[in-house]
Amino acid sequence: MMIDYALIWAGLIAFSVLAYIILDGFDLGIGIMFPFIKKKEDKETAMNTIAPIWDGNETWLVLGGGGLFAVFPLAYAIILPALYMPIILMLMGLIFRGVAFEFHWRARKSQHLWDKGFAIGSLVAALCQGIALGALVQGIAVEGRAYAGGWWDWLTPFSMTTGIALVVGYVLLGSTWLNMKTTGSLQKQSRGIAKIAGIATFGFIGLISLWMIFIEQQYLHRWFDAPNIYYLFVVPVLVFIVGVSLFITLKRERDVSPFLLSISLFLLSYIGLAISLFPNLVPPSVSIWDAAAPDSSLKFLLVGSAFLLPIILAYTTYAYWVFRGKVKEGEAYH
Amino acid sequence: MEFLDPVLLARIQFAFTIAFHIVFPGLSIGLAAYLAVLEALWLKTNKKIYLTAFKYWLKIFSIIFGMGVVSGVVMSYQIGTNWSVFSDKTGPILGPLMGYEVLSAFFLEAGFLGVMLFGMEKVGKKLHFFATLMVSIGTLMSAFWILSVNSWMQTPTGYAYNEVGQFIAEDWFEVVFNPSFPYRLAHMTTAAFLSTAFLVGGVAAWHLLKERKEKIKNETARLMFSMAMWMAAIVAPIQLFIGDLHGLNTLEHQPAKVAAMEGNYETQKGAPLILFGIPNDEEERVDYAIEIPKMASFILTHDMDGELVGLDQFAKEDRPNTKWVFYSFRLMVAIGMGMIAIGLFSLFLRWRKKLYDNRFLLKTAVWFAPSGVVATIAGWIVTEVGRQPYTVYGLLRTYDSHSPLDAPAVATSLAIFVLVYILVFGAGIVYTLRLMKVRPGDRGELSDEESKVKSSVTLSNRLPHESDKKGANKEESNHD
Repeated sequence: MMIDYALIWAGLIAFSVLAYIILDGFDLGIGIMFPFIKKKEDKETAMNTIAPIWDGNETWLVLGGGGLFAVFPLAYAIILPALYMPIILMLMGLIFRGVAFEFHWRARKSQHLWDKGFAIGSLVAALCQGIALGALVQGIAVEGRAYAGGWWDWLTPFSMTTGIALVVGYVLLGSTWLNMKTTGSLQKQSRGIAKIAGIATFGFIGLISLWMIFIEQQYLHRWFDAPNIYYLFVVPVLVFIVGVSLFITLKRERDVSPFLLSISLFLLSYIGLAISLFPNLVPPSVSIWDAAAPDSSLKFLLVGSAFLLPIILAYTTYAYWVFRGKVKEGEAYH
Repeated sequence: MEFLDPVLLARIQFAFTIAFHIVFPGLSIGLAAYLAVLEALWLKTNKKIYLTAFKYWLKIFSIIFGMGVVSGVVMSYQIGTNWSVFSDKTGPILGPLMGYEVLSAFFLEAGFLGVMLFGMEKVGKKLHFFATLMVSIGTLMSAFWILSVNSWMQTPTGYAYNEVGQFIAEDWFEVVFNPSFPYRLAHMTTAAFLSTAFLVGGVAAWHLLKERKEKIKNETARLMFSMAMWMAAIVAPIQLFIGDLHGLNTLEHQPAKVAAMEGNYETQKGAPLILFGIPNDEEERVDYAIEIPKMASFILTHDMDGELVGLDQFAKEDRPNTKWVFYSFRLMVAIGMGMIAIGLFSLFLRWRKKLYDNRFLLKTAVWFAPSGVVATIAGWIVTEVGRQPYTVYGLLRTYDSHSPLDAPAVATSLAIFVLVYILVFGAGIVYTLRLMKVRPGDRGELSDEESKVKSSVTLSNRLPHESDKKGANKEESNHD
């Protein structure tokens, strides 16, 4: 039997997008909750928990985009013009967020401006990513090999909702990360934010799951037709269990578990999304196989990835391990 | 109506964003290598002066690298947003090369950057040096892949078409190592090293000039200046040689580009070298030309009476914009010649043991601090504008590469880019200059501040923001 390279690559791209959402998710989340952190020292501690790793986290976004260009060029060529404005604004947000790590320490009078840039940049980037996701899920108009809609098609009540949902979800990741990495007043405040963000995230998962069924017949059939309904029922059940555990661990003031459970919540939502969309890459019409580059390209990049991805995961883990443990107030990296 | 052309707007946007971007990775390549060398020397000799220089440039590197990262993320998405037809058609070839850049370079840089900037106290000297080395290797690998991509767009080989009109690879070795790639890689990497050398040398010279007035020796600034001048003396002449080979390669594969570089409108034997003039596309000649007879033929064909193909061999719609290519090329070469002269002069002064005392050299070096960056952008304009009107030379036209977008969409995004870039990178340049103003070495305000807080912070302790209020408030008020 022939190896289905397109399917393997769909899995790998899905993995890098997931890695991005979780890793950059918590550091964008910290940016979003930045204005709500009361003490100046706590703000700097929060920033220091992510300063050494944010760049590596963001690289997964480059791999997601670059990988799409490499192995699904048709999808890349359709999705990017379709989501033109959200992507441009996301990039602008990421610029402000990214330079803030350096500029915060260099600026004097304008420091508060870069801190605002950090917060607003993170918020805009997260919102736009959520909007882009929603716009993709609701479907993109395609004619021939190109995007066939207008430049405001992405803006709908549904995409706005997914945008806000992702912002809230990122705050959950960020606050549980800070709960894990910090002590004292910052940890206490983060735990409070995590509880609110947790409830909101939970609500949004329910709302969007139901909404999706009405958007596209395919999603309805995928989940509710027999025999799918019998085993796919596990997903919402797991979401419920994870959600309840998140609250229990937050209440018991655990350090690590809430972060891991938040990640699990994202993972389950992501799996749910994948179940709905598969095998389409650009709903409703372009499948993984339609969009895939020729096998020669898929094979060429796969050889290197099989070798390089494990190494990347190893040294990324190492970089996280170097900066393990609680970050204390005043422990200046700067 | 010209301004409402979405393709022209998309071209301006790409040129604008990449011209900003190219500066940062260029300097990152050079600075990362410089930092690795300094740290290696420190480990080997245990002399504090190397560590002092390392710390000084690490701070500047971290700002420049940060700006390179954020402007680079933009580039990786802009190909899709504005050039979707190009993406669809070339994705199967260029995508995997860029994929390899991400996998082998970006992750390496990003993964070890945190350890390099913040990890000295956590991992120890040797592992820290390893991290610095990995970051440096990452920047070089990135150059390898992205120049392979760019070179393939200039001199495509190893490809075929599939049934839906995409380029597909027939031979990956030929795709990666396409005919212009070795020259381009050598030329650009050398340019990166030279840009950094002149930046470092210019900053050191500025401090040495100040030192002259104050009658104190700054050993760290002397070390930096000396290293930079060695680099200029050795590498600038090598760059001339590489550039010459690159030119010959371009003549072979992209004769229209060379004709535009030379301002050579008509095919002729014994073509003159035009030192300067004003290209006149309507009349097809160079006005007010100052020229050396037969020299262009000699340089490009190594024969005084060699025949050079002129722009007349190409239909008007197949020619690049002569003016941009012609002027940029002269600017690049002039700067390169200046670099060589500075390098040779520094050798002479070194021999006379007056390297740090010659006001003329020091002042010139200060003026030349941004020269490498300017030459890099000029060179990039030569090669990219010279590739027009094609995105993939001879195969895919720029006007057949763009996204199905209306002008307002591209105009809006262009306006956003210009605004944000000027604000963010303008501020970044101010902060970089502010760091460069801090005197390197043991007597500056920086080191006083550092010694106070040394016990609690890591190697990369930055300029604490409450310090150095005196000197820098001026720039601050410009910026705020």
